[in-house]
Amino acid sequence: MKPGKKFGVVGVAFAVALTLFATSAPANAASADATIDIGSLYEPQNLDNTGGGGQGVVEALNGNSYEGLYRLTDAGVVENLLATASKVSKDGLTYTFTLRSGVKFHSGKTMTSADVKFSLEKVSATDSKSARKSSFKVVKSIATPDAKTVVVTLSSRSISFIYNLTYIWIMNSAAKDFATEEDGTGPYKLSAWKRGSTLSLVRNDAYWGTAPKNKTVVYHYFTNATALNNALLTGAVDVITSAQSPDALAQFKSSSYKISNGQSTTKLILVFNDRVAPFNNVKVRKAITSAIDNKKLLASIWGDYGTLIGSMVPPTDPWYEDLTGVNPYNVTLAKKLLAAAGYAKGFTFRLDTPQYDPHPAAAAFIKSELAKVGITVNINSVTDDQWYNNVYKKHDFAATMQEHVNDRDVVWYGNPDFYWGYNNTTVTSLINQAEQAANARIQASLLKRANRIIATEAASDWIYLYPQIVVASSTLSGYPINGLNSQFYAYNIVKN
Amino acid sequence: MAKYLVRRFAFLLLSLVLASIALFVLLRIIPGDPANALLSVGATPEQIAAAQHEVGSDLPLIVQFLNWVRDLSTFQFGESIISSYPVGPEITSRLSLTVPLTLIAFVVAVAIALPLGFIAAFKAKTWYGTLLNGFSQLGIAIPVFWVGVIFIYIFALKFMILPSGGVPPEGWANIPGTLKYLLLPIATIALVMSSSLTRYVRSATLDVLGSDYLRTARSMGSTFTQAMTRHGLRNAAAPVISIIGIELATTFVGAVVVESVFALPGLGSLLVRSIAQHDYPVIQGVLFVSTFAVLMIGFLADLIQRIVDPRLISSSAGDLR
Repeated sequence: MKPGKKFGVVGVAFAVALTLFATSAPANAASADATIDIGSLYEPQNLDNTGGGGQGVVEALNGNSYEGLYRLTDAGVVENLLATASKVSKDGLTYTFTLRSGVKFHSGKTMTSADVKFSLEKVSATDSKSARKSSFKVVKSIATPDAKTVVVTLSSRSISFIYNLTYIWIMNSAAKDFATEEDGTGPYKLSAWKRGSTLSLVRNDAYWGTAPKNKTVVYHYFTNATALNNALLTGAVDVITSAQSPDALAQFKSSSYKISNGQSTTKLILVFNDRVAPFNNVKVRKAITSAIDNKKLLASIWGDYGTLIGSMVPPTDPWYEDLTGVNPYNVTLAKKLLAAAGYAKGFTFRLDTPQYDPHPAAAAFIKSELAKVGITVNINSVTDDQWYNNVYKKHDFAATMQEHVNDRDVVWYGNPDFYWGYNNTTVTSLINQAEQAANARIQASLLKRANRIIATEAASDWIYLYPQIVVASSTLSGYPINGLNSQFYAYNIVKN
Repeated sequence: MAKYLVRRFAFLLLSLVLASIALFVLLRIIPGDPANALLSVGATPEQIAAAQHEVGSDLPLIVQFLNWVRDLSTFQFGESIISSYPVGPEITSRLSLTVPLTLIAFVVAVAIALPLGFIAAFKAKTWYGTLLNGFSQLGIAIPVFWVGVIFIYIFALKFMILPSGGVPPEGWANIPGTLKYLLLPIATIALVMSSSLTRYVRSATLDVLGSDYLRTARSMGSTFTQAMTRHGLRNAAAPVISIIGIELATTFVGAVVVESVFALPGLGSLLVRSIAQHDYPVIQGVLFVSTFAVLMIGFLADLIQRIVDPRLISSSAGDLR
């Protein structure tokens, strides 16, 4: 046989192999038995949300496999879940919860008040890695007078207590290994976790509530956004939980896909170390905030998506107020403020910049903007680990950039020991008072005042609020579109 | 031969011990704390101290090293400090993808490179000999990730006949499905590996074709095929086997790039993730297994070389003294 013919044979063999493997995707089953394939960049680190499971475990298991006493809906409303009723004492210090009857863990054990007590104590335990641990310092004692009742006594009033309970998963107190096994009460049971690849959930047929509208949910994990987008384009996944770039959206602008622009709680912040000069000077912080055109920066990174907020509070928080006008973009004003602060000729500072997008691009933009008012920025690229060690733990920084993902987190400005070191006794007092407020209206009013003060003093520069873009196949409906606390409820998703 | 084998094996074990010590030390030189990966903004100083205690990063280095040696002696490699999963089974699970990926790609590459290399040498002066030579140069010049991206564009996005990445949730329980997902990664590695191998096969064959012993064999009455089979192939094989061994080891270690492009849950992606998290037990486990694999491949390549060309045994025995 001549070489040319050999090549021909190889070519034919390759074509045959392609044909054999190139089977089309299986036809959609009836929607109630459908498998929903979800693409995500956030694989859990482990399965315990108080054990360092990270954002990924919340996305996959919160509300799907694990449930709390209360649920935060995709619209941001708190509703009863495993608690059917609650009674608060007049002094606001005692909460009596009545638990739902007939709730069983996936292992078959009936949920009791002992499990609730165990789960609440797990958040505040010594080895807890929950970012919410400090919110539960206020819990003084937990009593379980009977299997259906839990009585929590607080050391001081906490109007956010019920809201904070939406984060707490009720876990089986008899379970041994929360990091590698799941035993919740939710509509799905964990079927398999192929680390580095997929996490599969299967419908819990013994679920106490309404059955999910699909049978199986598979989270497919990717480490880069391009591979994630390709998976949606090729039909390997039905939906991606969070698109990472507006440039990628052009390929989804067809009738085959739906792009949802939901509400996010993730803020990109230029954080000043308010303890050290020159950032302990309000005029300097205000000058920098006025010298940076955040609108232009947002447009350069997210195009038509994203929101300017001018403060720490996103529109989904009840105490939101548009404060973008407090420190307007105005280079002349910025120069005047710098002169008034004694820095007419500018100064130099180091900007510790996380290495992942969009921080490097945003830092370069900030450097260019501040050069116009005589400030020299030395961009110092840092790893996550370096950031955590030097900036967060040791407070050894002048300025940095960071994303803050949670809602209702303006309260960090009431803690002078927090890494940014903002220390205003009025703000601290307002935030403490707000937590002890008698009702939500007073709470909102006090937090609005605190938020206005931190904006007026430019405690940080809140560059923009990220967009929350969910892209899905047009055959899909019922998926959450808001990125509240990274949760992604799958039980209402229908595939047609 | 037995003496050589014993010495070579002892050398392999010594290399492994030295490599594992080097791995441990180098990892600790890199600044960072694995406890940080478990925490987030909002953690209190007490939580930070508790996390450091839990992952053992507050222990003296010597204690950490002795723990590592203890885990290594049982081939368990300890537990991930991030996920709490035992490292041994985690590595085995990842190897179940990386090893077939590398080996299939390797076999395909060799199957392509051997005939093409011979043709490129035998027909060096023809147009297709030149073309094959060009192909081999091109393969060396093009980075493997770029080939992967182009394959994804053509076969996954344009014609939609193959997946762009990942593996089916059921893994190897679905063999045809998994092979379908691995086809493009295999083709990517095989294409790049075969082009560089083609070049080496061509070069080794050209050396043999111009050698005195081949000319002597022909002058003594052997046909070209007889001379090549008896003398040429054996001499050409020795350097090619050495290169094949190096290529296989490089591909195994370098699979991280292809795994990243195709979102494959292999050993490489596990390594990248654990490095980002300073997950010491996992990093040490993966690097130890990789080092062992590379040393074993080298050992086997040496062995095969010496079987093909026994003259090497006496010379290499001297090398090891």
